[in-house]
Amino acid sequence: MASLNTLIAVCLIYVAFLFGVAFAAERAGIRGRAGWLLRSPLVYTLSLSIYCTAWTFYGAVGYAARSGLEYVTIYLGPSLVMIGWWWVLRRLVRIGRSHKVTSIADLISSRYGKSNTLAIVVTLMAVIGVTPYIALQLQSVTLSLSIFASAEGAATRIDSASSALWVAAGLALFTVLFGTRNLNANERHHGVVIAVAVEAVVKLVALLAVGIFVVWGVAGGLPQTLARIDASPIGTWQMQGSRWAALTVLSAAAFLCLPRMFQVMVVENDDERHLQIASWAFPLYLMLMSLFVVPIAVVGLDLLPPGSNPDLFVLSLPLSQGRDGLATLSFLGGFSSATSMVIVATLALSTMVSNHVVMPIWLTLRTGGATQSGDVRDVVIFARRVSILVIIALGYVYYRASGGSGALAAIGLISFAGVAQFLPVTLGGIFWRGATRMGALVGLGTGFGLWVYTMLLPGFGAGAILPAGVIDAGPWGISWLRPQALFGVEGLDPTVHAVLWSLALNSLSFVVVSLVTFPRPLERLQGAQFVNIFDHSGQARGWNASVAESEDLMIMAQRILGAAEAQSLFQSEARRQGLSGHLPEPTPKFVQGLERELAGSVGAATAHAMIGQIVGGTSVSVQDLMAVADESAQMLEYSSQLEAKSRELSQTAAQLREANEKLTELSLQKDAFLSQISHELRTPMTSIRAFSEILRDTEGLHPEEKTKYASIIHVETIRLTRLLDDLLDLSVLENGQVTLNRQSGALSDVLDHAITTAQASTDGRIAIRRSRGNEAVMLQTDLDRLSQVFINLITNAQKYCAADAPALTIDVARDGGAVVVDFIDNGSGIPAQARQVMFEKFSRLGLQDNKGAGLGLAICREIMHRLGGDVVYRTGTGGTAFRVILPQAQSLAAQ
Amino acid sequence: MPQPGTPLFLERRSYRVRRVMDAVRLLPVLGLALWMVPLLWPVADPLPPVQDGAATPVSMSAALTYIFGVWAGLIVLCLLLWSRARRIPPDTAPSGQG
Amino acid sequence: MGKHVLLVEDELNIVEAMRFLLSRDGWRVEAHSDGASAVEVIRGTRPDLVVLDVMLPGKSGFDILGELREDATTADLPVLMLTARGQARDRDMAEKAGVSRFMTKPFSNTEVLNAVRDLMRG
Repeated sequence: MASLNTLIAVCLIYVAFLFGVAFAAERAGIRGRAGWLLRSPLVYTLSLSIYCTAWTFYGAVGYAARSGLEYVTIYLGPSLVMIGWWWVLRRLVRIGRSHKVTSIADLISSRYGKSNTLAIVVTLMAVIGVTPYIALQLQSVTLSLSIFASAEGAATRIDSASSALWVAAGLALFTVLFGTRNLNANERHHGVVIAVAVEAVVKLVALLAVGIFVVWGVAGGLPQTLARIDASPIGTWQMQGSRWAALTVLSAAAFLCLPRMFQVMVVENDDERHLQIASWAFPLYLMLMSLFVVPIAVVGLDLLPPGSNPDLFVLSLPLSQGRDGLATLSFLGGFSSATSMVIVATLALSTMVSNHVVMPIWLTLRTGGATQSGDVRDVVIFARRVSILVIIALGYVYYRASGGSGALAAIGLISFAGVAQFLPVTLGGIFWRGATRMGALVGLGTGFGLWVYTMLLPGFGAGAILPAGVIDAGPWGISWLRPQALFGVEGLDPTVHAVLWSLALNSLSFVVVSLVTFPRPLERLQGAQFVNIFDHSGQARGWNASVAESEDLMIMAQRILGAAEAQSLFQSEARRQGLSGHLPEPTPKFVQGLERELAGSVGAATAHAMIGQIVGGTSVSVQDLMAVADESAQMLEYSSQLEAKSRELSQTAAQLREANEKLTELSLQKDAFLSQISHELRTPMTSIRAFSEILRDTEGLHPEEKTKYASIIHVETIRLTRLLDDLLDLSVLENGQVTLNRQSGALSDVLDHAITTAQASTDGRIAIRRSRGNEAVMLQTDLDRLSQVFINLITNAQKYCAADAPALTIDVARDGGAVVVDFIDNGSGIPAQARQVMFEKFSRLGLQDNKGAGLGLAICREIMHRLGGDVVYRTGTGGTAFRVILPQAQSLAAQ
Repeated sequence: MPQPGTPLFLERRSYRVRRVMDAVRLLPVLGLALWMVPLLWPVADPLPPVQDGAATPVSMSAALTYIFGVWAGLIVLCLLLWSRARRIPPDTAPSGQG
Repeated sequence: MGKHVLLVEDELNIVEAMRFLLSRDGWRVEAHSDGASAVEVIRGTRPDLVVLDVMLPGKSGFDILGELREDATTADLPVLMLTARGQARDRDMAEKAGVSRFMTKPFSNTEVLNAVRDLMRG
């Protein structure tokens, strides 16, 4: 018979072993070794087994002994949740990872606009809800110790209250040592998780060992066991359907909402793929844990004296069969179940309490003070330690208040129903964007209030807190307010009644209030983030700090700079660093450069904040900022579209205005042109008409008078003809209809021809000086047209040169690649204002001579443009000087 | 990166993966339905049956076998689907143990 | 009649024709071809009638007419304006400037003589 002292010694050694495992795991984790084990799906699955607490280890058998198969519903719910991981857990884990969620309170508050009120409410509810659960662990350990003590004899009978206190103190110490040795930024505790995994193996092995011993060692085999089961008091199916369904749902809800489950399932999750493996591995674990429950219960009922506590069959059966070793193993299994639950639950709760209750208060009290990080860390660790002590103390108080005698399962269900109140706001939060903070507060409050009134308070027993009269007749005798028959719904099982009413009214008020209230901007932002989590965060990947940072930077940069630009930026940096992939290492230099790049798009302060959020510590999640960036990018895009549109419009307007001005101008030009034509035609016709009438009507004209007037008519007719010729010529040139007759010839020949023609047709004489040496240039152009230009220029000089001894110098030179021919006379030149218009049609240079229509220079310029050259007026020569420019292609160097 | 020339193969494979994911989604529904079947079982009534031919209560061993059978079946199905889904095309498959 | 007419016209052939017609009708004809100095010449020679071209070198006929009308000594001077541009706008401008008679080139000799006679009568 194992003595109590031996048992305690075994416990201490076991605890020391666990501590060593945890310590080694953390050391290994820091050094980066054995990461494959710490982050393996096996450890993840095993850590989930903290769902199976002392309630499972001891309570399930007791549950089965009292209510048959009902116990199994507690494991069916979580199995369904795990098998259906795709629906809810996948989302929760992704949200938890991408938003760095630290607890269920953090999740809910974060979803509803980072509301601290909500976080505090959830934290308090969680503490109150989990308290009975911790009491349950205390009770089970105390009970298990007492059974060893009673087996030892009356001499060592122990006082249950003081032993529970010792157990509580031990658990508290254990948790403080394990969980708060250091502060991890992401609230992960590798050491604890590995210890929990070890304990999971111990409890499974212990329960399986007892089960196998019972089935094959006591009952004598499987068929005999089944026969024994059918013959037992629980040998037939006697399940209340409502309880079966309600408890399955309740356990599923609790599995999702229990703070410790959230801790191991979401917060400690290293890799989303582990979830898929756990989706079948964890149900397997649960099935194995539940497999031998009924046989143990049945055999226990059979063999053990009536009145023995069925919750302890797992221990008392081996003891009664004299299997001390098995009993000790079993005790260790139960101890493992209780300790792992208490450790993780209080850790999770203390994180919530310190993050959402203590720290905000502490920071408010220290307003304006320079908070140093060291300070805060100390405060946080201290707050956590105190919270752990307080939570375990609360569990102890509950244990004492409830009398320490209730069935384990009944206590557990109270706890389950309490935390299940988080379910509507959690599911609503991750699936429904319309869920609001007010809705969540009202829903949680309603559900929690109903839970307290219909389940927690009556759970202490009639008369303990609620007077028996209230339970039987309702407060102040209002019968429809009876805690176990609300609104007159009678005949329901109390648990089903409480779960139904609290969850139904919780959901209803949550939805209704959400529908009628309007969310704040941050709520809407977060709501979109959570509901559309798979749009925002990409493919799941293994955790790797530096690459993940690069990736985050990349994602953010893409949203701000645009995908192509960001990718090329990152790729070129990766190439510069000599890396093959498309993600560079986030070196300080690169990050700084990126910040500058982003600052160009969103401004320096924002860029700095965004980079800081990814590279530095985070208080606001990166995704928030990304969402903001998304929205502002959309707004920017929209406004730039608008800008582009209005720019387009004003451009179009300007073009229209320009076109209108051009048309007006053209119309004015046309008027002026017609007016000029009219003038040029009418003037000679006036003379012709006048003199022809004189010749016709006047009698007795002298013959010489007749000759004179007839010759005037003749000259004016020629003038008219020439005018019409010029007009036609110009029109043809301007419309580009002219066909150039390209020939090659010497420039000197062209000049000879032009001079001869000009001097033959006019009365005015001008001395012409040439430098024939320079004229030896071969041309490839329309020589006739070029000659026309030359003739025009020479004629003009003849007509308008006002010098006493008019002289024209024709000079040929090379200017760059072009050949220039200058016509310079020794006249007075052309006034500056006239130079601007002299190439226009109908501008007359000469004031005295009206014979020209003012089309000559316009024609010259038009011809030269056609030939690819130009004719311009030269200033600074003393006289009137025109320069004809022939492009290189038309001038061939003479040999 | 999809290699040129193999789109049919990839398409078929991703089609398979999608159907596997459909099955993953439906599995919990199946489990819930099967586990709610006991609601239809006759309950052992403390009063004697009023008329002949009333169903006899299901025995505990049968109930145990059914529930654990469903459980094992779901686990096996889930395991099979997981191993099918694990063979996703390389570009969406995990890059290795973190 | 011996009346004095001044032709302000830069087309020499037209001056020649007008001179022939008007001198045979008993006018003392003087001619001036530059627009810029026309107003001074008019003030200096004090003609009984001015025949004014519109398109003149130096200054347009409209401007000359405007200056004449502003000066009290020439405000009532009969001015016959001749233009070769023949647009309605020119007639409006001339009337606004205070022209006595406006004619478009080419004109018939009889018309001109009649116009001159009308102006002198009154």
